[in-house]
Amino acid sequence: MNHINRSRRHFLQTSGALALGSTLPISLVELAFADEKQNFTFAYISDAHIQQIKGSRFVRNWDRGLIRAVAETNLLNPKPDFVMFGGDLAQLGSVPELDHGAEILSALKYKIRHVMGEHDYYLDLGAYWEKLFGPQYYSFDHKGVHFIVLNSIRTYDDWTYHRWPTAEQRMLEMAGLDNPNSSPFMVGDEQRQWMKKDLDKIPLTTPIVVFSHSPLQKIYKGWNFWTEDAEQIQALLKPFNKVSVIYGHVHQIQYNQIGNISFNSVMATAWPWPYPQAYAQAEQYLPKLTVPMNRSDPFFERDATGWQFINVANGHVDLNYLLPENTDRSVGFDKDAKNPVDKQYQSEGARIPPQSHF
Amino acid sequence: MKSLHIKKLALGLAALMAVSSVHADEFTKDDLERWQGQFMAVVKQGRELWTSPTLGTNGVACAQCHPNAANTHPETYPKFQKQIGKVIPLWEMINWCLRNPLEGQPLAADDPKMIALQAYVTYERRGVKLEPGKH
Repeated sequence: MNHINRSRRHFLQTSGALALGSTLPISLVELAFADEKQNFTFAYISDAHIQQIKGSRFVRNWDRGLIRAVAETNLLNPKPDFVMFGGDLAQLGSVPELDHGAEILSALKYKIRHVMGEHDYYLDLGAYWEKLFGPQYYSFDHKGVHFIVLNSIRTYDDWTYHRWPTAEQRMLEMAGLDNPNSSPFMVGDEQRQWMKKDLDKIPLTTPIVVFSHSPLQKIYKGWNFWTEDAEQIQALLKPFNKVSVIYGHVHQIQYNQIGNISFNSVMATAWPWPYPQAYAQAEQYLPKLTVPMNRSDPFFERDATGWQFINVANGHVDLNYLLPENTDRSVGFDKDAKNPVDKQYQSEGARIPPQSHF
Repeated sequence: MKSLHIKKLALGLAALMAVSSVHADEFTKDDLERWQGQFMAVVKQGRELWTSPTLGTNGVACAQCHPNAANTHPETYPKFQKQIGKVIPLWEMINWCLRNPLEGQPLAADDPKMIALQAYVTYERRGVKLEPGKH
């Protein structure tokens, strides 16, 4: 970890008009890089699960999570180059939920791009979401990095088109994380072919960052911490020198390294999820590298929720997790270990009691 | 009179013994299946309540935060619930969730819904050793 420059920088303005409590100012460990011009930052907000009760009434708790993340992101200094929203803006994919979420996000002072989540998709297969936010999968370039955004939450056509009598029921069946009637996520042939074409034009030395909603690796099928064609996506990314995959959906910190690919998850603003090992009947494969988060305290409704500020440094990503009610965490690519490493929690002995899950 | 009493008592005892020994032996396969069936029917009701948007008032279901009832730790109750400041059984914590994230009404301890919720939560945690009081 000796490449970390320990001089701290305040990323949030202390003079902000919003009183956000004692957590400000947020200071982050900054990395020292060879070529400063190639380095930049962006913010990542995900899994807001805006949930309509009736008419103009929405679940207050989830609203507050997104409103807080937006307000804090606006206070970042230096400013992020852009913001990603990682999917599941809505809970049941309805027009009022997507509109209400979009309205909260409209307070952001930066350019925002979106990833499709299953809670946005399975009512109308993304039709209204596309109207608001654009295509379901796309790529863009920014300061020497090639970014790819996938819709990774599609599934078998038979399940999507023939199994359910109504779109509403299809949405409800997929919305239950632990519902045995749901179906495994996948990127699918169409997008994999598009991705192969897209990557054909890119030099192998260009750093690649892929955004997906589901993990492009297999962790626990029962909760769709899983992408059915993960290996095929990984194979497409294998020729490149530096690849990072950033995903939402899991509502918890996870990180992993498979060959040349670093994997990092992002937090939800709505609520945290247990690690799969907390389900005694589960056969699960949480990456060994991952040091779990603390078990959340439900009495503090923002505990174990949060958003992230991401440094892109020489093509590698460092995720800084801003966790209200919880100690912030920072997971970055370690040059020597060649995988993502938490800057504070690494060995079993360095963990605090709530990180020992049972 | 006295001897009659004794006779009656002896008869009664004999009858009681006969009845109880017969019942103790009657653990048939059918019985076990029926009892398991009764239990699993309540677990199923519990699962339905766990995933129901109408248990509270805001559409939020227990399963939204606790898929497969994970992170509910029934094996650790009763325990000192630090946020409440006393030792409580699981059902009191369930009522906390009903009142707060679900913005609903608490259930009585012997409400069939509360029993079903606890049956489901405990069933999902089967095989885990009891650790009352654990944090």
